[in-house]
Amino acid sequence: MSDPNTPYAIRTYDAETLKDALRKMFLIRKFEEGAEDSYTRGLIHGTMHLSIGQEASAVGSCMSLSDADKITSTHRGHGHCVAKGADLGRMFAEFFGKEDGYCRGRGGSMHIADVEKGNLGANGIVGGGLPIAVGAALSAKRLNTGAVTVCFFGDGANNEGAFHEALNMAAVWKLPVVFVCENNRYGMSTSTEKSTAVKHIADRASAYNMPGTTVDGNDFSAVAEAVDTAVAHARAGNGPSLVENLTYRWRGHSKSDRNRYRTKEEISDWMARDPILHMSALLVEHKVMSEADVAALETETAQVIQDAIAFANASPAPTAAEATRFVYTDGEAA
Amino acid sequence: MNMQNAPDIRELSYAEAIREAMDIALGSDERVVLMGEDIGVYGGAFQVTGDLIDKYGPDRVMDTPISELGGAGVAVGAAMTGLRPIFEFQFSDFATLAMEQIVNQAAKIRFMLGGAVSVPLVMRFPAGSGTGAAAQHSQSIEAWLGHVPGLKVIQPSTPEDAKGMLLAALEDPDPVMIFEHKILYKMRGPVPEGHYTIPIGKAAVRREGKDLTIVATSLMVHKALAAADDLAQNGIDAEVIDLRTIRPMDRDTVLASVRKTGRLICVYEGVKTLGVGAEISAMVAESDAFDYLDAPIFRLGGAESPIPYNPELEKAVVPQVPDILNAATELAQGRL
Ligand SMILES: Cc1ncc(C[n+]2csc(CCOP(=O)(O)OP(=O)(O)O)c2C)c(N)n1
Ligand SMILES: [Mg+2]
Repeated sequence: MSDPNTPYAIRTYDAETLKDALRKMFLIRKFEEGAEDSYTRGLIHGTMHLSIGQEASAVGSCMSLSDADKITSTHRGHGHCVAKGADLGRMFAEFFGKEDGYCRGRGGSMHIADVEKGNLGANGIVGGGLPIAVGAALSAKRLNTGAVTVCFFGDGANNEGAFHEALNMAAVWKLPVVFVCENNRYGMSTSTEKSTAVKHIADRASAYNMPGTTVDGNDFSAVAEAVDTAVAHARAGNGPSLVENLTYRWRGHSKSDRNRYRTKEEISDWMARDPILHMSALLVEHKVMSEADVAALETETAQVIQDAIAFANASPAPTAAEATRFVYTDGEAA
Repeated sequence: MNMQNAPDIRELSYAEAIREAMDIALGSDERVVLMGEDIGVYGGAFQVTGDLIDKYGPDRVMDTPISELGGAGVAVGAAMTGLRPIFEFQFSDFATLAMEQIVNQAAKIRFMLGGAVSVPLVMRFPAGSGTGAAAQHSQSIEAWLGHVPGLKVIQPSTPEDAKGMLLAALEDPDPVMIFEHKILYKMRGPVPEGHYTIPIGKAAVRREGKDLTIVATSLMVHKALAAADDLAQNGIDAEVIDLRTIRPMDRDTVLASVRKTGRLICVYEGVKTLGVGAEISAMVAESDAFDYLDAPIFRLGGAESPIPYNPELEKAVVPQVPDILNAATELAQGRL
């Protein structure tokens, strides 16, 4: 195992950890498929943003995080939530607007949070999570908790003022935060070529005097290596980093997408670079799992999703009489 | 909807009516440019710009990066220097990121410069709840902007008005903020062909009545009209006023109606407290129309809460037809 040509993930993690990572990747894929199916069948009110194709980025970025470490997530956040250890039943319940959901049905897909596991929440505002992540890192530093915050955001978010202000403050105060840009090439229909003046978003790190790395975001091992390194850097008190995971969303931006801005060939090229197949092949090649183990894992995760959907369906809906509950901590409206 | 229309007039959806107005503006005035996120080949999040990019190209139907503050500021600067930008916020909620440019710059530049320049800027804000998009994509923040001198704030409620008021906004020398309820985009109605304008600052009496006045905005106009039909069956004759503009407010139309009916209900989707209804109520209370009131003024507005995701909760926090019906019945029967 000391062969330097052995991929980072194989050198670094034990078999159980690797299997769990693949399991989470399957869970994300199947959560998204279940979400899409529920939407198609009219069970969902509202919209959703699927992360199919980006599973390695979500899971690879959380490898060295414990429940005490925080993440901030985005509108395309189901994967981050699973990667951070959320319960699938409660996620579906939120998606269905039910009381057992993570936000008791008040938040829905775009606001799922799992504070106990350190997920401070998805966000409906592009770039909204960036300053919040810096705030979480500030707390960790002041309170000496040793916690690191991983801040997920998209390529589109890197043109918001909030991105620039957040990176600058994190650097000035040397905070334990890792900015993980999931560059899936588009913010809705607008490509990075059309929206972003630098070729690599990670190049923007230099303006804020922090390390910046661009990796193949569909390669679990590459993502894990880059983010683990950045997390260790933050934990050691050396401040923030920016990691850019190059990836791709297979589905449209959301339900309103006519897919006019990209070609079928581009989509199929990226689908051929399936992060789950890539990870499965890696684990089989290095004898962590057999092909049969992988197939069994996939079947097992499909069942988890079935059960989660059943749980969510059975969960009660909140009552209209409680529509204004939770606005204030004391439970009373002004 | 509007009695003046010829009977054979064609119908368009609210979104199509806005697109037609922008098409006319782009076609007739070189200075007009559309700016916004994903308004090009995507067609806009609500397909309002649609395929205008095919006709006018990317220099006139400009996709901006996801940079609301910067984008709004670019539109302000362009408006000051000769262009006529129509800036689309993808959702009105994201205008919160651009408040600096809207409130401190667009609204105040003419004043601060002693009238040396104007900011002929049109901004469009898809607004309101009912789409299951939850707390950060469903707000009605028109009253926030209605509080800012220097801005004009309109809420067209019909396709005809959406087109005519947008064309009026383009002729206006000052910044005009247009709040478009997302639920209205698919609503169809008669729309005159060609160029016409509907004045900013004028309310419309959508239904005449003698027993009580319902002043409503945007989508609530339609709910008020539905309630008025039901009220009529119970012998209550409601007058429904579509306010259309919240800054400057059409005081004369509202006061004349209250003098006639002696009862007033305000219906609006924004949070009730400190909202549009508070202003209408104060306007009546401060005028001679107050003497004509036979009952307390009643406000129906959004709950003191963000918009929840769950669909039943989402409906529960904004006024619905039965709420208007109940309030009007109680008021007309002297029980309020
Ligand atoms: C402030 C703000 N502006 C615009 C939007 C609408 N919107 C939601 S997601 C999105 C694209 C975001 O692109 P990116 O950051 O690359 O994330 P991705 O969707 O690709 O995961 C846009 C424009 C929003 N939610 N918030
Ligand atoms: Mg993107």
